[in-house]
This record gives sequence, structure tokens and C-alpha cells, in this order.
Amino acid sequence: MAILDRDVQATAAAGKPLEPAPRRRRAGTGRGRRITRHAFLVLFALLMLYPLIWMIVSSFKPSNLILTQTGLFPSEVTLENYTGGWDSLGTPFTTFLINSGVVAVGSIVGNLFSCALTAYALARLNFRASKLYFGLTLLTMMLPFHVLVIPQYILFAEMGWVNTYAPLLIPKFLATDAVFIFLMVQFIRTLPRELDHAAMLDGAGPFRIFWSIILPLMQPALITTTIFTFIWTWNDYFGPLLYLTKTKLYTVPVALKSLVDSETQSGIGIMFAMSLVSLIPILLFFLFAQKYIIKGIATTGIK
Amino acid sequence: MTLLNRRSRGAGENAPQAPPPDTESIVTGRKAGNRKPTSLRQGWVAHIFLLPWMIGMIVVTAGPLIASAILAFTDYDLLSAPEFIGFDNFTRMMEDDRYWASVGVTLTYVVVSVPLQLIFALFLAMILDKGIRGLAIYRSGFYLPSLLGGSVAIAILWQQLFGDSGLVNEGLGLIGIEADSWLQNPDTALWTLIILNVWTFGSPMVIFLAGLRQIPEELYEAAEVDGAGKVRRFFSITIPLLTPIIFLNLILQMIGAFQAFTPAHVVSGGTGGPLDSTLFYTLYIYQEGFVNFDMGYAAAMAWVLLLVIALATALNFIASRRWVHYGDE
Repeated sequence: MAILDRDVQATAAAGKPLEPAPRRRRAGTGRGRRITRHAFLVLFALLMLYPLIWMIVSSFKPSNLILTQTGLFPSEVTLENYTGGWDSLGTPFTTFLINSGVVAVGSIVGNLFSCALTAYALARLNFRASKLYFGLTLLTMMLPFHVLVIPQYILFAEMGWVNTYAPLLIPKFLATDAVFIFLMVQFIRTLPRELDHAAMLDGAGPFRIFWSIILPLMQPALITTTIFTFIWTWNDYFGPLLYLTKTKLYTVPVALKSLVDSETQSGIGIMFAMSLVSLIPILLFFLFAQKYIIKGIATTGIK
Repeated sequence: MTLLNRRSRGAGENAPQAPPPDTESIVTGRKAGNRKPTSLRQGWVAHIFLLPWMIGMIVVTAGPLIASAILAFTDYDLLSAPEFIGFDNFTRMMEDDRYWASVGVTLTYVVVSVPLQLIFALFLAMILDKGIRGLAIYRSGFYLPSLLGGSVAIAILWQQLFGDSGLVNEGLGLIGIEADSWLQNPDTALWTLIILNVWTFGSPMVIFLAGLRQIPEELYEAAEVDGAGKVRRFFSITIPLLTPIIFLNLILQMIGAFQAFTPAHVVSGGTGGPLDSTLFYTLYIYQEGFVNFDMGYAAAMAWVLLLVIALATALNFIASRRWVHYGDE
């Protein structure tokens, strides 16, 4: 955990050099105060996380008990919500998980490929429009995607891409997630230029330098990109809602929504169970890749 | 031999007097007059690297941006050709009650939830900043909702939480308060979504924590020696030095809140109800554009949203000169 702490000293103010900050143990070190503070934090965390805990516990209760017996220790534990929910849409939930997986992995590959190429060019190569392009990229970060989505839909529909994953994947291969370009540019700028120059003297061209020097060194930025691309595409609702209308092609979020539309109040157990299934991949990332997540937020402000 | 041609032509235009690069300048990256060596081959190579980006910029971003500006002045239903109707879409907005309902809902959501979220974030960051044991665990716990908050799964949870016999009413029942479904009541439905957004205060909190660590400890010590109390230290040191971070968080969260869609769409079953009380601006765009296929009108609304966000951001930047202090001033 100590490692994690030290890693998070990046400022949000866009990649300023890190200065080691002394850990504070100044105010309120009295024993009583410490205990009060911990008590407050624990209670507050419990209050915040209680809805999640409730959902987890409820998903193992028979549906008729969920709203009548709200305690955390059910008198009856069952897996019927999971087994019953799995096939409740006619198509097994496995299909939706695979679909989401395909979209997520495709998006990750696309973002890594296109954003790394773009970031390298913007951060390292000398050409006249470099600053202009970087500025444009930053501007698109601010653009609400609702302004683009209508013509994009018309375009993709014209191409016959409705009910395919192309509208969700192709933009990722075209470096449209500007925030990752920004993240990578910031990262590449921290790498010493002497490396490039040394390679250049040895006769390496830009492609060689990119592939053999920069790309291996920017691994942390690539990992952060992978994690956030995964979480975002896994959670993405608007895109699949627009482009996927066949149940077989649904990603998990759209499948969940149609579960809600088809279930009555008695199906609340099923909805909870399937919602939890949908969150498991994200929770796994949260458990095992926290260091990168926290760093990513602290350096770029992404959520 | 296009490459060669390009190179020589480029050389002519770009830097007519560029001296031949010498080894020393390549190594140090410095030249007389402190200019980077302009290697023209790189301009050419750079555009190969940038090819995906350029296509994306033109086809996926700039093209649609212009197209939607044009669509905003048309009547278009995806089936027949768009028909130019001048400013009709905009005058229609003026008279559209649902449009104004969506404006009210979205502004309330942004103006209430963003400051609340930031206050929570700063408050918890302040408590966690004091070298507390178990920081990483607390931080993770508080951050988790930010990771999940935008998902359909959490929207479903919220729907049940604030439902007729959901957990919230159960809790209130314990202290003797009887309440109906918070989501079916037009006076409270939006507030449940505001609470959902405040619940995701973890990501600005992480940013605040990173910012707090940049404040030099000596400042606090000096202030303490001078007899400044806790409150005084907070308002005279922490807040002023944190203003750039507060500003950053404000902009990020504001832009995000303007574009919220998923929770409202799931919780209201896509209607924005009851009585349009959760009709977020983006939800109304979606309804007009993709349910009613009134794409010209939807494009016009989207452009207004773009302008409002740009304006709000610009106003924030202007106002920030009064309250944001950067270290070098």
C-alpha cells in the first residue's frame, strides 16, 4: 500500500514534475482524535457503500424477501436469481458478456494503436502543425458527443453498419478518444530526449525509435489507457443503445436495460443478480489495477 | 520517388536557411537562437503517424460537427431529404415546453450536484490528507462509486433504492417517517439522480488529494508559529493554494454533468418522467433524434448545448482570474 501512496503524488495540473511531499503527521495526532477520525471515516464509508452491499446480499435472497426483509442476513439463501436470470432474455447472458468483451478488447486495441501513434508524433516529431494539432485534440476533449452523434449515426447507417460493432470500434482505431492522446503525450514528454538522439545517431528512424524505444518505455501510460478504455466501453450505454437493436448483439448494459423493461417487481432479485454480474469485470480491475487507476485520475482528471 | 520530391519541396518552403544539422545540436537538442532543428523528413513522417488521427478528425469529429450545424437548420427524418427551414428549429425551441423543462432539469442538476460533489470531495480529501493510517483503503472505498456510477447496473440499484419499499424508505421507516416512491414523485425524482452524482465524489477527491500533497508543509508550520488557527490556516493557505485544482475539478465535473444520460434514461424508463422531472437535456435530444427521428431539431438542440457548455466554461475561466491563484503570481 505504501507504494501506492507514493505513486499518487502527481498533480492534476497536467504533468508538473513530481516533488516528494512529506507525509503529514502533524495536526490531530492525539490518540482520541485519531480514533474519532477513523470512526467517522468507517461509518461514512459504510453509509456510501451500503447500497452496494445491499444489492449483493439481495441478489442471494428469494425475490419475495428482498423488499420485505431488508436486513443483511437473509433467512434463506438461494442462487435462483442467478440461474433464473441467466436465460431470462431468451439469449443467455454468456452471449452478452462475450459481446461486451469483444467490444471492450477491440476498443482497447484500437485506442492503444491509434493514440500511441498520434501521441508520439505530437510529442516528439518536429513539424509545423504540431502545436495546432495538439490544440485541436484538446478542444475535442471538451466537445459534447451529442453534437456529433446525429451525423455520425446517419453516416454509419448509410454504410450499413447498424447492428454491427463497427460504429463502436472504428472510431477507436481513429484516435478519437482524445484524453488518451493527452495522457500519452504528457507521459512521452517526461522521457529524456537523449534516448531518441542516441538512437538517431545509431541510424534509427522515427518508426524504429517509436517501436523500440518510446513504446516500451510508455508502458504505464498504455496500461492506464487499457484500464480506462475497458471500464468506459464496458459501461457504455449510449453507443450500443443506438447501434444495436438485435438482442443477440446486445452488450451487457443494453441487455440489463431490456431486462428491466421486461421484469416486474418480482424480478428484482434477477435484476440485482445480473447487474452484479455486469459489474464483476470492473470490480476485478478495481482490485488489481488500482495503482494505475488512481494515477490516471490524478494526472488527467479522467473519471 | 515522391518521398524525395516532397522532401526537397518541403525544404524550400519550410526553412530556407536551415543550416545542415551538426551532431552537437542533435545531441543537445539546442541550436543557436534556441530553435529545434527542423528536420523536414519528420513533417512527412509525422503525417504517416498521424494518419489514423487525421481520418478520425475529419470523418468522425470535424465532419459531423459541421454536418450537425447544417442539420440544425433543416427538417430531416432520415427517410426523405433534409429540407432547409431557416431558424425554425430554434424558434420552435423557444416555444417548446418540454425543451424548457429539460433546460431546467439539467441546470438544476449541474448547479446543485457539482458543488455538492466537490464539497464532499474536498472535505474527505482534507481528512485523508493528514497522514492517516489505511489511507489507501479509505481512498479506494470512497473512489469505488465513481467507477461504477455511470453504469446501467447502478441506475437499476438506484431505482430500487428509492422505490416504494426500497432501502431508503425502509431506513426512514425505522425513524418513523413514511414516504412513497421517490422516483414516482416529480418533486423528488431529480434529487435521487443528484444524490447519485454526489455519490461519485471519489474521482475529484483523488485529484484533491494529489493537489493537497503539493502544498508545502512549511507554510502550515509558519502559520502555526504566527498563531493562525485551524480555520484560518484552511482559508488562508489550503484554499488559495488549491484553487487551480478546485477550478480543474469544477470544469471537469461541470462538463460531465451537462452530458449525463444513462441514469435518467434507465430510471425513468426512457421517458424523462414523471412529468418530465428527469428529462435531462441529452435525454430530450435522444428522444427527438432517435425516437421521433426529428434529427434536424435534435441537432439544433445539440448545438445549443455545445454553445452553452462553451459559454459556461468560458465564464468559469473569466471568473477564475478573480479567484484562482497560480503559484507563480
